[in-house]
Amino acid sequence: MTAPVTLLTETAPLIQLEGVHRIYGEGDSTVRALDGVDLEIGRGEFVMVMGSSGSGKSTCMNLLGCLDTPSAGTYRFLGVDVGQLSRDSLALLRRHYLGFVFQSFNLLARTSAVENVELPLVYRGTGARKRREAAIRALDLVGLGARLEHTPAQLSGGQQQRVAIARAIVTEPMVLFADEPTGNLDTETTHEVMELLRGLNRDRGITIAMVTHEDELTKFASRVVTFRDGKVLSDVRKEPPA
Amino acid sequence: MILWSTIVLALAAIRRNAGRSLLTALGVVIGVGSVIAMVNLGQAAGQQVTANIQAMGPNLLFVRPGMTAAAGGTRGESIPFKPEDVEAIATGVEGVVVAPGATTTTTVAYGNLNATTTITGTTNEYFEVRNLEVAAGRAFEEREIANGAPVCILGQTVVTNVYASKEPLGTTLRISATSCQVIGVLASKGSNMGQDQDDTIVMPMRAVQRRLTGKKDIATIYVSALEDGTSARVKADIIAMLRERRALREEEADDFDVRDMAEVAATLESTSATMTALLGAIAAVSLLVGGIGIMNIMLVSVTERTREIGVRLAIGARAREILLQFLVEAVVLSVFGGLVGVTLGIVGTWIMVTQLGMPFVVSTQMVLAAFGVSAAVGVVFGYLPARKAARLDPIAALRHE
Repeated sequence: MTAPVTLLTETAPLIQLEGVHRIYGEGDSTVRALDGVDLEIGRGEFVMVMGSSGSGKSTCMNLLGCLDTPSAGTYRFLGVDVGQLSRDSLALLRRHYLGFVFQSFNLLARTSAVENVELPLVYRGTGARKRREAAIRALDLVGLGARLEHTPAQLSGGQQQRVAIARAIVTEPMVLFADEPTGNLDTETTHEVMELLRGLNRDRGITIAMVTHEDELTKFASRVVTFRDGKVLSDVRKEPPA
Repeated sequence: MILWSTIVLALAAIRRNAGRSLLTALGVVIGVGSVIAMVNLGQAAGQQVTANIQAMGPNLLFVRPGMTAAAGGTRGESIPFKPEDVEAIATGVEGVVVAPGATTTTTVAYGNLNATTTITGTTNEYFEVRNLEVAAGRAFEEREIANGAPVCILGQTVVTNVYASKEPLGTTLRISATSCQVIGVLASKGSNMGQDQDDTIVMPMRAVQRRLTGKKDIATIYVSALEDGTSARVKADIIAMLRERRALREEEADDFDVRDMAEVAATLESTSATMTALLGAIAAVSLLVGGIGIMNIMLVSVTERTREIGVRLAIGARAREILLQFLVEAVVLSVFGGLVGVTLGIVGTWIMVTQLGMPFVVSTQMVLAAFGVSAAVGVVFGYLPARKAARLDPIAALRHE
């Protein structure tokens, strides 16, 4: 499979936002969800995005995840101006470089764990056998190697989220976007999932951007970005844990 | 993404919703099934008509005195034929066999059983013209024809009704007030278009004229063209000859009627073809309704699976891949419906033709067309829901509750 966007330079900064605005609606009902955001995320970072609801953090995540494009300003992913890309080019960018984990897992119902994990590879055109092997590896990595044929209904919330994480990393993405991945989980499973994400970041070098509003989770991150009223309020880098 | 994996995905999605998929396809099942059954049934009926006419003798022509306009706007029967007319056709028209027919309906009795049947007074040519076979006994002798001897040949139904299990040959049958010697029995011809062809008695013409009707009239002249395809020419020759014999002026209409069975067959066949087309068209409407059913459920399915579509978009599915997925699902559903419909249609046809005693016909073109049409139904009615799915915004789709 050839790279979807030939202009990508793998040596360029991973993520660069410059003066990004995102405006919804027109006229009087205009909502400025993002109001001039500058942000740069480098390889290997574990960024936690925080802020109250309506602060623009989700809008920012959607932009970073190439699900949306800026109204004004530029977003460069590996040097490419994402705002200039077509819908299909954005899809190919996501397919080859990004992974997603959602608050509500979003696994396909009545579909086995291994088939769920295989899904992104189907769109990549990977052959059936290679697909199965990669999916099993990914499920092994999240500790669900023994539950390949379980359907989401037969798995606990924590297990479902692990399957979702396996689905996100099966393509070996450069960046993993997680939108409140622990929002539907209890304290214990939250901890397990966070450990899993930290491991993926540390051992496999996957850059992670995660939205949360649980302060106690910031200890897992290398950097915490807080939003308020569509602007970056604070951007705190922590010393790497010893 | 290649088409094959899309089909596999579609099959997986259909299997996950097996019950609903079956209900979705039901409309197409019924549509295709009824088209197949109706058209096959229509063709079976057409073939039966053809077979019946074949059995009657495809080159047969009936010549009957027609109706003429009489004074006061009433219509009267025109002059009946005379034996001379029969003679004239037999000698004057090329390549024909001719038999006269003086008929009457009366009661016949043997022992304590009796029945009412049709008596035809004719000559030995009648058997050839009408495609009849004397199964037991013998045909008439020349002498019996010439004298109008009281001898008769019975159809199978008369034998059953009047003789029960007794042997009819050599017995004396009472026909109206006359006694008549049974010299033969006809082979059974079965019923044709609701008419029992075996409910008949054949006698020499003069015997019927003198002993039963008391008139020299000939009700029908039966003509058989010896060569296939000459019946139209024979018909024209007979009309020309009879007009001359009956001294009709140029401007006068025929006062007799020549019915060419080949012509009748063509008419009936075209009628049955029209009926088949009509039934097929009505059934096609139900196929249309089936297609709308698929569209309906696919629209519901797209709404229900909005989140799934959101996930697929997020992990990098392009619009065309989502479109293809839902389109393929619709086509797979309707082709599956077509498959079941064809099977049910053929089974239904078989049951109906067996009940109605018609030949079993399966039109291969119809089966192929049904498949083609059901696939087309899937594409046409699947397109709108698929487009709706493909146009979803990934963020909105992921947030959908």
